[in-house]
Amino acid sequence: MENRTHISVQDLNVHFRSEHVLKDINLSIPDRKITAIIGPSGCGKTTLLRSFNRLIDSTEGVRVSGRVLVDDENILDPKAEVTHIRKKMGLLLQKPYPLPMSIYDNVAYGPRIHGIRERRRLDEIVERFLKKASLWDEVRERLSQPASALSLGQQQRLCLARGLAVEPAIILGDEPTSALDPQSSQRIEATFTELKRDYTIVIVTHILRQARRLADHVIFLYLGELVEQGPAWDFFNNPKQPMTREYIKGLIS
Amino acid sequence: MDRRFAEERLFKGLMILATVLIISSLVLILLTVLLKGLPYMSLDMVTKTPQGGYYLGKGGGILNAILGSLYLAGGATLLAILFGLPVALYMNVFSRPGARFVGACRFSFDVLNGVPSIVFGAFGFTIMIFFAMRASLLGGIIAIALLILPMMVRSIDEVLRLVPHELLEASYALGATRWETALKVVVRQALPGILTAVLIAFGRGIGDAAAVIFTAGFTDSIPGSLLRPVATLPLAIFFQLGVPIPEVQGRAYASALILTILILIISLAARLLARRLTRHVVK
Repeated sequence: MENRTHISVQDLNVHFRSEHVLKDINLSIPDRKITAIIGPSGCGKTTLLRSFNRLIDSTEGVRVSGRVLVDDENILDPKAEVTHIRKKMGLLLQKPYPLPMSIYDNVAYGPRIHGIRERRRLDEIVERFLKKASLWDEVRERLSQPASALSLGQQQRLCLARGLAVEPAIILGDEPTSALDPQSSQRIEATFTELKRDYTIVIVTHILRQARRLADHVIFLYLGELVEQGPAWDFFNNPKQPMTREYIKGLIS
Repeated sequence: MDRRFAEERLFKGLMILATVLIISSLVLILLTVLLKGLPYMSLDMVTKTPQGGYYLGKGGGILNAILGSLYLAGGATLLAILFGLPVALYMNVFSRPGARFVGACRFSFDVLNGVPSIVFGAFGFTIMIFFAMRASLLGGIIAIALLILPMMVRSIDEVLRLVPHELLEASYALGATRWETALKVVVRQALPGILTAVLIAFGRGIGDAAAVIFTAGFTDSIPGSLLRPVATLPLAIFFQLGVPIPEVQGRAYASALILTILILIISLAARLLARRLTRHVVK
């Protein structure tokens, strides 16, 4: 199986004011695989994820150095154009945040801002991506209803469809199932497994079992440092670092 | 133990007292206006302009002031939204997070909010003299817009601060610019609150007398031009109250009643509108 790299991080350092949150991170994320970023809370998982689409920019008092290459373009370059980088990545947050508009408009929001106006094309896009996020059958009759009326699990799948609709190559998930009930979590996980055929997926999770279930590739962070990364099977069955062994056994958390 | 219960009772009592005071003063004001004004209410009051000798108790009405106040407060509110909404959006969406400049803006709006309206009137008047303008609808609109701008900006600002940051991020993550996010997501999410803020500003604008006394002037005719003086309800009330004739003083209360009803109608309409707009708001 060939492993093409989709995102590669070189010497990434992130400071929040005086705090050194990510220390000399070097890693590569394989194309069309699910990569799980794991580690105890407060170790910089989310910060790492947010540096991939430069959402980190909007945090107060942050300094970033190093390089993050996506499709061989350094997105941390001050000259890099942010909206086009972000368009390449769909983002799922811990809690679903539907936009204050109808279900249809939520999915059509991205395509619209990127210039698609024809009603027929939008209809087609909305249907295609709601199907991809396995939500279509539940909402096809009520597309014009407010998105906030959906259940949390449905909202998260709507957010997925909304992200997919701008046709990204990468899906970023920041503990995307943590606010959901077990059944909804399962559906999201199943959708991810299906989507990895076409997308590079990176999820942050603090649930080890979820990482075991889903991940093809694992990145383990501890207190801002990259401890170990590698293919999931090796990572869980043959960890190289003592710290990884302890974490997997549940001795540190 | 007893002492703690006593404290609890004391504070409960104080709260009830405060509530009763507030509600009863509102009721008293409304009752005064209603009881003193209602006998002098007539169709003429709202459909006619002051006829000759109106201020001595002869026929006519205050249509000039009703229309004048609506034009003036409406125009001032529009003008204030035009400047205020972008300022509030700037402070919450466009500025760098935690920028000192934004804090300075908030502080200066708070200070301006405490400036008495007569000062805005005097300020507007000085500017009008500078441009050799006479008291006019336009002058009044500008003075009232200046008066209500600080409170409008600060109330919209407070509403925008409540918009969850994740909602903005969700929009940015799709490749939206700040402008698109501000307009299509933030404003939509905050729309009911923005509407309330605008309404409160309108209420303050239509009820203010001091800012318009020099800037808008007064006239007995219906406003026809931006550059001509207009009558306003608060000034109409003021002038009529000053006349020592019971008939005219009664009409002052009737005018106050009209002003109150106007504000009531606009509040209710805005409430209804806000309810329809909350449909899509994300909780």
